[in-house]
Order: sequence, then structure tokens, then C-alpha cells
Amino acid sequence: MGEFKVHRVRFFNYVPPGIRCVAYNNQSNRLAVSRTDGTVEIYNLSANYFQEKFFPGHESRSTEALCWAEGQRLFSAGLNGEILEYDLQTLNIKYALDASGGPIWSLAASPSGSQLLVGCEDGSVKLFEVTPDKIQFARNFDRQKSRILSLSWHPAGTHIAAGSIDYISVFDVKSGSTLRKMIVDRQHLGMTKSKCIVWGVAFLSDGTVISVDSVGKVQLWDSATGTLVKSHLIANADVQSIAVADQEDSFVVGTAEGTVFHFQLVSVTSNSSEKQWVRTKPFQHHTHDVRTVAHSPTALISGGTDTHLVIRPLMEKVEVKNYDAALRKITFPHRRLVSCSKRRQLLLFQFAHHLELWRLGSTAATGKNGDTLPLSKNADHLLHLKTKGPENIICSCISPCGSWIAYSTASRFFLYRLKYVRDNISLQRVSKMPAFLRSALHILFSEDSTKLFVASNQGSLHIIQLLEGSFKHLHSFQPQSGTVEAMCLLAVSPDGNWLAASGTSAGVHVYNLNHLKLHCTVPAYSFPVTALAIAPNTNNLVIAHSDQQVFEFSIPDKQYTEWSRTVQKQGFHQLWLQRDTPITHISFHPKRPMHILLHDAYMFCIIDKSLPLPNDKAVLYNPLPPKDESDVFLRRTTHAFKISKIYKPLLFMDLLDERTLVAVERPLDDIIAQLPPPIKKKKFGT
Amino acid sequence: MAALEEEFTLSTGVLSAGPEGLLGVEQSDKADQFLVTDGGRTVVLYKVSDQKPLGSWSVKQGQIITCPAVCNFQTGEYIVVHDNKVLRIWNNEDVNLDKVFKATLSAEVHRIHSIPGAEPLVLFSSGAIRGLEALLAEPQQKIETLISDEEVIKWSKFFMVFKHPVLIFLFFQHENYFVYVQMCKSHSLSKYTLLLGKEEKSITPKFTAYVDRKFISLMSLSSDGCIYETLIPTYSTDTEKNQRLVRSLVLKAVVSGGARNRTTLTNLDQDHVAVLGPPLPASKECLSIWNRKFQTLQSSKEFPQGTSGQLWYYGEILFMLHGKCLTVIPYKCQVSSLAGALGKLRHSQDTGTCSMPHFVNWEMCEGYELESHSAAQSRRILRRKKMEASLQPEVPGSEQLLSIINKDSEKHIEVELRKFLATSTPDFHTLLGDVITGLLGRCKAEPSFYPRNCLMQLIQTHVLSYSLCPGLMEIALERADVQMLQLCLQQFPDIPESATCACLKLFLSIGDDSLQDMSVSMESVFDCSDTMQDEEMEEQTEVVQNGFSPKDSNCSNENQELSEKPGAAKTVSCPVTPKRAALLNGILHSAYSETFLLPHLKDIPAQHIVLLLQYLNFLYLKCSGNAAMTLPGVNPPTLSQIMDWICLLLDANFTVVLMIPEAKRLLTNLYKFVKSQICVYSELNKIEVSFRELQKLNQEKNSRGLYSIEVLELF
Repeated sequence: MGEFKVHRVRFFNYVPPGIRCVAYNNQSNRLAVSRTDGTVEIYNLSANYFQEKFFPGHESRSTEALCWAEGQRLFSAGLNGEILEYDLQTLNIKYALDASGGPIWSLAASPSGSQLLVGCEDGSVKLFEVTPDKIQFARNFDRQKSRILSLSWHPAGTHIAAGSIDYISVFDVKSGSTLRKMIVDRQHLGMTKSKCIVWGVAFLSDGTVISVDSVGKVQLWDSATGTLVKSHLIANADVQSIAVADQEDSFVVGTAEGTVFHFQLVSVTSNSSEKQWVRTKPFQHHTHDVRTVAHSPTALISGGTDTHLVIRPLMEKVEVKNYDAALRKITFPHRRLVSCSKRRQLLLFQFAHHLELWRLGSTAATGKNGDTLPLSKNADHLLHLKTKGPENIICSCISPCGSWIAYSTASRFFLYRLKYVRDNISLQRVSKMPAFLRSALHILFSEDSTKLFVASNQGSLHIIQLLEGSFKHLHSFQPQSGTVEAMCLLAVSPDGNWLAASGTSAGVHVYNLNHLKLHCTVPAYSFPVTALAIAPNTNNLVIAHSDQQVFEFSIPDKQYTEWSRTVQKQGFHQLWLQRDTPITHISFHPKRPMHILLHDAYMFCIIDKSLPLPNDKAVLYNPLPPKDESDVFLRRTTHAFKISKIYKPLLFMDLLDERTLVAVERPLDDIIAQLPPPIKKKKFGT
Repeated sequence: MAALEEEFTLSTGVLSAGPEGLLGVEQSDKADQFLVTDGGRTVVLYKVSDQKPLGSWSVKQGQIITCPAVCNFQTGEYIVVHDNKVLRIWNNEDVNLDKVFKATLSAEVHRIHSIPGAEPLVLFSSGAIRGLEALLAEPQQKIETLISDEEVIKWSKFFMVFKHPVLIFLFFQHENYFVYVQMCKSHSLSKYTLLLGKEEKSITPKFTAYVDRKFISLMSLSSDGCIYETLIPTYSTDTEKNQRLVRSLVLKAVVSGGARNRTTLTNLDQDHVAVLGPPLPASKECLSIWNRKFQTLQSSKEFPQGTSGQLWYYGEILFMLHGKCLTVIPYKCQVSSLAGALGKLRHSQDTGTCSMPHFVNWEMCEGYELESHSAAQSRRILRRKKMEASLQPEVPGSEQLLSIINKDSEKHIEVELRKFLATSTPDFHTLLGDVITGLLGRCKAEPSFYPRNCLMQLIQTHVLSYSLCPGLMEIALERADVQMLQLCLQQFPDIPESATCACLKLFLSIGDDSLQDMSVSMESVFDCSDTMQDEEMEEQTEVVQNGFSPKDSNCSNENQELSEKPGAAKTVSCPVTPKRAALLNGILHSAYSETFLLPHLKDIPAQHIVLLLQYLNFLYLKCSGNAAMTLPGVNPPTLSQIMDWICLLLDANFTVVLMIPEAKRLLTNLYKFVKSQICVYSELNKIEVSFRELQKLNQEKNSRGLYSIEVLELF
């Protein structure tokens, strides 16, 4: 099949920010996740847990609370005191409203979704009405003496519970007055802590309030009498989060020790109608604090400082034992953070607030499979480009020739010209970039580096002609009338004639760059696109979807290719469909037109279209080389999928030339090493 | 495990229970409140948890209530019938029954049935059924006659089957019992003939029923004292034809066959049935809970003042008339487990009768289980019948053996038993149980009779368990037969802590000279030759623990002397003889629960505690002598067993041990050991950090650096 020299790169020092909040939306089966740097990501749980949208972070915006209201509107609030609403269509922030109560610690939407509550640093609980295009301050509840860290509505919307420091208050929503104050115990294993922070509260429809606090307790209160009903001491450290199932038959809490406990309402004895909350299952999927949990109808979702988003399906709720019943651990973003200049063998790494440019090393030696070759030249760190301003970088790209770098933030677009003089490098910013380029979601250079394609969040595509040290705006493809859906992915054909673009949900549009008009639209598919590429010469568009399907669409013929039809007829191998990370990059071999190279986080694959497809009985992963087997056996077992799982977690893989690959890995151990140390638990007695 | 809780009585000042007892106890629409109708004129509403009547209503002098008052769960009103035809409906606020709603009906009412979630049904003596609403709309409507005048409804019950109300009633005609099943929604009526045994003609059996999926399981307590079950389909295919129903035996001889009237039964749930009646002809009346599946007696309670032979059961509460008092017995049934079900097997020898004990026939139960899951439920009856039939011919052989056991000499029994053990019959387990019970029964009766070899053989069949023959260990304990006890400890999986502790006491107290003659399995004892000669208790121990050696500061003088002795102290001898050690090892291996064992351990004399502690300490020292922390030999006590027992003994007898001078040195040693252990753990905690660093270094070495160029070949 082929022998490659692989540049195995592990110096991409990327650390995903920790997860701060998760909010599950039952209506659309989507999950909103906010991270400590203010990034908000939307995962589509129906589409194989694909991260379909994201909102870039901002240094001054730390999201402390996240909630869905009015069906599918997403709100967040943070320590800058602002409530934000996100526009899920154009992927930008609709508005920010200062709640004028100091930093906001908690946010909760009423059961009907028409009201929002925020809990502020100054002890105030503020009620906002959700209007069709904004939110409007309605009134304040009785002011408490310290910050409100957690809020929960009674399912009837008549009462709320608010967790503060050392006590929980119950408010009447109509009057806004405090009905009840429940003082939590500061004692922890005989020691009295200076204060007890109520990290989370949950109000059940029978009037029970469940609280989780910093002394490690989960407590059940009767809100009518203000009495403690039951107390579970579950951790030596803080219990930081709680989420209750909609049916109120189970809830989940997360502790600072990284453990997630599942509580269920079970009958005291079988056949008995008397039920009680019992701690049923502990899960230890995290090493660090579990800052937030959510409870979907079928799964427990947790996230925290260790940056993993863990989706643990509840076996008793899963009807079919298919791959959805497996534990999901999502660590890396489902988009590319690395781009590559093939000609100059450069890699551009995108971080939240800077870019790094590296030049790959080289070797003169050769070897056989598995050898590590001696380096004649090591990799160089050429450039460290810091962004200006507090906004995170949304996307970045380096041109194939290596002389242009472009990146965009929410408010600006930056283009740099690079000049290489022997070992020195000079950088020159191209000024006066037009404002409409800001907040671009994908940037792409044409193969000859003369054109720049920018996908904006307004749904339009811009084509910029690059000249020496300057630019010219050539054309903008406007979105189909009526749609404002953001474009996320771009692909340009190597001959520069075709541009393919895909949005967050609708199909893939193909534009003719010579005539500057829409050529065709690939038939819509129900799962979002995760990667796009156009093959050289044939101009076949290869599309990977989040359900692991791969399609090949012939642009000149405006139809799926014969091979794609065959694949669809026969279906992919079972194991191929069961992979749990999306394909993030597709490329092609310049000399072998039958080959498609693609990768996800855990494997790299070359699909050879000339070979037969594997059926479900065939071995999909075949790591061992054929040895003394006869040709007959070989012929029978070879199939189109050549898979390597050596490099993982794989963030980027591309072909530099015919015989050279570059693989960017990010070992989890290296990420953990950069996290703060977890709470130490003693292994031995005493 | 089903259990009867402590009973309490409801004040019956207002009730006048006649000779026939009460008319009925019925649920009301509020939990915990029950309507009690006496045999005369009064209806009382009780709140059971308060043991108090909430209200009482009487009909006028001269009138008589003929049907127990029920509650209409849909409206919360109460309904009663007096003088057969007059219907009264009232609610809590009404004071006088004379002034409440009254409806005079055209026919005699047998009973009114009401259950939650359904409209009350009026069952007329003629067999006709009317919904209450329909009846009240036209009280004088004509009521058809289904059964003739001389036929009397013996029993009736109202169910919900898949949300459809179903009324079933039973009447007696021409020496036959007939069952009518009335589907109230579809108005379909099915008639069945109930085939009963010959003896049933004269005395009416007692009935109870429950819904088991698509069938109504009708259970009857016959005059021969057995419970039979009849399955009645709720969806009859053919309503016209008179279908016959066969009964099958469920439980044998639950009450004495002679008891005529004062017996009754009530179904509690799928598996449990409550039976009221004298278990033996002469005995007092007893309320017993039987597990039908395992055929075991779960709980039993005696009622010396006699009962009226009536029993009502509503949601975990049993009502009955004990003497003149209305007695309430809360009943709890946890999910039954096998061990729980086996735990309280009836001991027939306790009562002195010669009736054969019932052992679980597992083959049959298994078949029963499988069958009950299959859809073809009717086949199940047949199958069970067949099973029982096939069991019959086996009985003479086993009976012969049992009679031999009861009469013949030990030798003969042994020969016969060997023959029996050589053959393998399908109901081997059952027979074995009968045999051992027979043997033990005779042992108890005749003090001189002790068929030791037979018993040993039986134990070695690996079939017996403690709960199957609780008398066995008792007898062996009486006779101080340590060999037998050792065998029991090895073989029985379910020895209760009290028995374990009794064995322990015996093993500790039995004299060395008497042990000398016993043959005891020594496989768990190591190093016999070493300690064989050294039988007097030599207490020289020195703790050498994980490199920590106690520097005796304030130990006893003896210890100091010892440590001063040149060349001494490294050899440790066993404080007990090897035989005793073997026995004690058996105890150490046995399963126990701390909560149950601790109280028994407190009864052991102090010097024995010390001896055992010394032995355990010795074992521990031997254990820690090698790197694997195990003892040599076949199946020796494990380190955790030893440690658990030391802790248990100290927990149970701490003050005692503290007061005994000879234990002082032992305690000091143990204390030092614990202290050294703490030291070691804290050191380990420190080392852990260093190890982690080392691991990190190791990882760095393994990881190939941040950048490399490798060769990859794809095949």
C-alpha cells in the first residue's frame, strides 16, 4: 500500500480549557458546554455527539452559568455581570445585558422558559422576562446577605430555591419574598469549616429541595417546613454540581474529587410504594473537579477541570445496546486547530490567544516499518504571534506556499505576509482588512496561494485576491435569500475552479469560481458535515458526516460517483460506523488518484477505491503485515480501508509529499501534566 | 422473608361479635382506616394506627345487617345492606343510619363488593350481579335468577384483571361446587365445575384467590388440611359449555385434618399464603405464613384464646378475631430469598408427630418455575400431577429406610444407608433430608443412640446444610464430637454465628487428653512435627514486624528476662496443640457477620479468649514470617481472617482482656504491632510520592520526545 516517512509532532502544546457549565436541551437533544475561557460549544447528541457550533471565548467573559430558555434560546451569565444571549444561527452574541448586581454566579430559566433568574454577588436575585428578541428586567427578590451561588425553580414555577453561603433560601415567585431559610451545617467530619458554600440546589415538584455543598454533603430538605430530611455525606471535598432528571426519579452530583454519584428514587422494598433516594452508582471518569453535571433522559453528562466532557449512558434507560450505549469522553474540539504549508513544511498551531509557526525537521536516513529515523535537522519554532485584544482566535490558516497567515477573531480579521530570507523570517501585517471579514469561521487559501476564501458567520463567502503585500476583494457569494446560517467549512479544488462550502445543518454548496456563481448543491443529508475536500483532477468532492458516512460527489457531473453509490449500497463496516470521533480532515495523494486520506482523533486511514470494500466479517483494522501467507489469502483479505492507529490522539494529519506524512499528536498525559494537581487521595491506610 | 409483627388489638367495646364472628372487615377509601361490620347491627370505622374507632353506626333494634359494609371508593361513601334487601348509603358526617339514603331492592343481596378503582358491585343471592349505579337508578328492577333457591353462594370475590373488573363466586349444588366468573365489562359469564376430592362433600373448604396474570388462582383449604390450587382462565373461550376445573396440591397438611370449622386461609401475595387453624388436632389455633414456592413455613403465631376462623388481609395488615378482640397483625414480606425460605423449616420432631417432613423437591420446583413462565399454563397442572404421581412409587423404599432408622441397630442402619447412598434416585436430596431428620429424631429420643458413622457419611455427601438439619450440630456439641463438628464447619455453608461460637467454646474448653484420642483432620495445620512435642504452653513471643522491633520500655519483667536470654526469642511455639489448632482453623474459616458474632464472643471465658488470642498472635507471627504473608499447608487461615478474628475478639472482650494479667503482654505486643503498622503506612505514604516521581521519570524516558520522524508502512 505504501511506505511513508511520518513527522510525528507532539510539540503542539494545546490544553483545552476546563469545562465550567453544561446545559442540556431536551427539545433539540443538544448540549451547550461552556469552558473556563468563555468558549461555548453546542453538541448535537442526536448527531453522534458532534460539536456542531461554537462561540469563541473572551478574556473578560468567564461564564459561570448557562441555560436554555424559551425552547432553544441559549443564555449565559458570568463574573463580568452580564447576561448574554447567543445567536445559534449566525454564531455570534446577540446582546449582552448588565444585570447590575455585580458578578453573576447563577442563572436559571423558569420551567415555562419565559422568565430568567440570576443570582448575583451582592446577594440579589433578579427576575427577567424573556421577550421575543431580548430580555427585560422585571424585579428583584428579597436581597440576601451574600452571593447567590445556585438557583432552582420549582417545576410549577411558583417558588424558587437559592443556595448562598451557609444557607438556602426559598422564595415565593409572586411576591418575591423569602419564605424559608434553611441553614446548612458547617461541620465536616467533626471539623467546623469557616463557611459552607451551597454549590447547587434543585427543587423537586413535591417541595423537596436538594442541596450540594462545600462540606461534601448532599442534603434533602422539606421546603414547606424548612427541615432537613436526609443528609448524605459523599465526599471529603466539595460537591460542586447537581442535576435532576425530568421525571425526578434520579439525580446526579459531581464532586471535587472527580467522582460523579448517581442517586435514584427507589422503593424501600419491592412492591412498596414508599420510596427513598438512594446513592446507587459512583462513577470516576474525571481526575479533577467535576464542575458541572447534566442529566439527559438517557445519560449522565459531566464536565470539569480535567477538560473532558463525559457522557455516561444509563444502561437501564438505553433501549438498544448499540454504540450509543457506550461511554463517550470528548476531549478535543471537532475542528482543526492546525494548518500546514506543504511547500515549506510548516505547521501553524492555533491557540486561544496566539499562533505558533513551526518548521519541520528532516532526515536523510531510511528505514523499515516502525523505525525511528535519526534527525539531521530538528523542528524549529519560527514564530509566536500574539493576538491583540481579549478575544479568542476563531480560526486561522497558513497558505500552501507558506507566505501568508490569516486569522480572525470575533471583531477583526488579520492577514500577515511572511518573508523568508535564509533562516530569518520577517512578518508584515496587511492593513485595512475590510470589516465584513470579521468573525470568520473558516479561512482557506487556494492551492496557488493567490486567493483567500473566507466563510463568514452571516452565511456569505468572500473571495480575496492576494497581491504582493496587499489584497483585493474579488467577490462575495451571498447566502440564499432568507437564510443567515453560518458557513463553517470550506474546500477549494486544487485547480482553483471550484469552491465547496457547508453550513451547520443544510447541504453543501458548490460554487464555480470562474463564473462566480452557484454551481450546484449536494443533496441535504441529516447529519452535519465534519470534513470536506475536493480531489485533484477528478474534482470529486469528498464529504464526511458525523454519523461516519463518507460520500464522494462528482462536481462536474453534479451527482454522486459510482464508487460512492457502491459504498452506500454495501454499507460501511460495522466498526467504521462505531468510531466515536468525527473525521476532521480529508486529503488526497497527488500521484494516486484512487486514494483518499482521512483521519479522526484515534485513527488515520487511506481508502483505496480500487480495492473491494470490506464486509462486516472482514477484519477492519489489520495492524500486522502479511508474512508468509499465500497470495490467495492476501487477495481475499485486502480491502479498501488501510488503517493505522499508531498516532493518537491525532489532531491533524496530512500528506506533505508523495512519501511524507505529518501527524500532530497531543498525548493526554501531556495535557494532564499542565492541569493543576487534583485533590490528593491517599492510597494507603491511616 | 415474610414475617408477622407484634399484634395489637382494637378496642371492641362497640362491637358485638357473635358466635359466628364478624361479618366482615373492609377497606375504606383512606389508608389505615377500615370498616368493621359485626354480626349484629353495628358498623365501626377504625383508624388502625391509632387503634381507635373513628365512627360507629348502628341499624335500628329489630333490623339486622346482612352484608358487611363496604366503601364506595369512587365517592367515599359507605354502603351496607340490612334485612337482606335494604340498602343504606351514608358518609362520615352522617350520625344516624335511619336518616341516610335508603333503597329497598327487589331481591336479596348476598354481598356488595367494592375495590379501589372500580364501581361497587352488588351480588344477589340469586347469582345476579348489578353495578351500584345501575341498581340505584332503579332499585326495584327485576333481578334474574341464575342459581336455584337451594343453592347457596359459598364464597365470592371481586378482582381487577387488566383493568377489567371480574367477579368470581362459588356455590354448591348437587354435591358439586360450581364457579361462576363474571366479566363485568363484557357481561360474559363462564361457569365451571370444580372437581374436589371425595372427602370434600360434607365440609365446605375455605377459599381464597388471586390474579396470576391471565388466570385466577383459586386456592382451597380442604378438610384434610391440605391447600389445593385451581387455575381459572379469565378469558374463557367457550362460555356455553360447562367446563371442569382440576385442582392440584400446593401444600400438604398445613392444618390438622380434623379441624372442621375454625380454619381459613388468605392469599397474601404470589408466593405467600396465610393459614389460620390448629396445626395439630389437639393444639391451639395458629396463624401461619407459608411460602408456596419453597413449601416452607415462614412464620407462625399461636392464638390460645381461639379464633372465629376468619381472616382478612388488606395491604400488609391481617385482621382476625382472637377471643373477643379484633386483632391486627402487621405482616411484612421482603423479597424472599432461597436461604430465607429455607431458614425456618418446620421441625416435625418438635411437635412429636410422626408425619413425614416436607423437604423441598428442587426438581419439581424448577419445573414449576419454568412452566409458570411459559404461556401454556394449563399444561402446568397436568405436569405437576404427573410429577406427584411419579413420586409415589419411590415412597415405599424410602419409607422402609426410615422405618429401619427408627427401629434397627446402628450397624444395620449403616449397611442400609451405604446401600442407599450408592444408588442415586432423582429425589435423592429429599430422601437424604428425610433420612437425616429421622436419624436425628431418634438420637434425641434415645440418648444411647448415636450413629456417628452414618452421620459422617451423610455430611460427606456435600448435600446437607445447617438449615436442613439444625439438630445435627446440636447433638454433636452435646457429645463433644469435635471431629463431626469440624466436618460440619467445613461442609455447611450456612452455620449461624451462635453455632459457630458454641463450637469455638467447645474447641477451646475441651481437654487435651480427650483431644488426644480424637481423629481430627490436620490438613490446615502446618509444621506438626515442630510443635508436637512442645505441648505445654510456652509463651515466648517477640514481635519482629516489617523491620520494626519493639524496644521494650515498660513491658513486663518476664519479657525483659526473655529478651535478655541469649539466643532466645526467635523461635515461637504454638500455644495450642496441633489438633486444637486444626479445630480452631476450622472456626477461622467459617463465614460470619460481625454484628451477629460479637454478642456470642462475649460469653467465652476470659482464659479461653487469651488462649485464642495467643494462638491468633502466633499465626500472625508465622504469617508475617514469609514474604507472601501466607501460612504453609493446605488451606491455612488467611492473614485477613486472622486479623479480623483478633479485632473481633478484642472488640468483644476488651475490658475483660484488659483486666487479666496474663493478657497484658499480649496486648502490649498487639499494641506495638499496630503502632509499627501505622509507622509503616505513613512511610508508605511518603514513599508513594517518591514512586510517583520515579514513575514520571520513567514515562518521560518512554515517551519519544516531542518530535521524531518515523517510518510507517500501511498494508
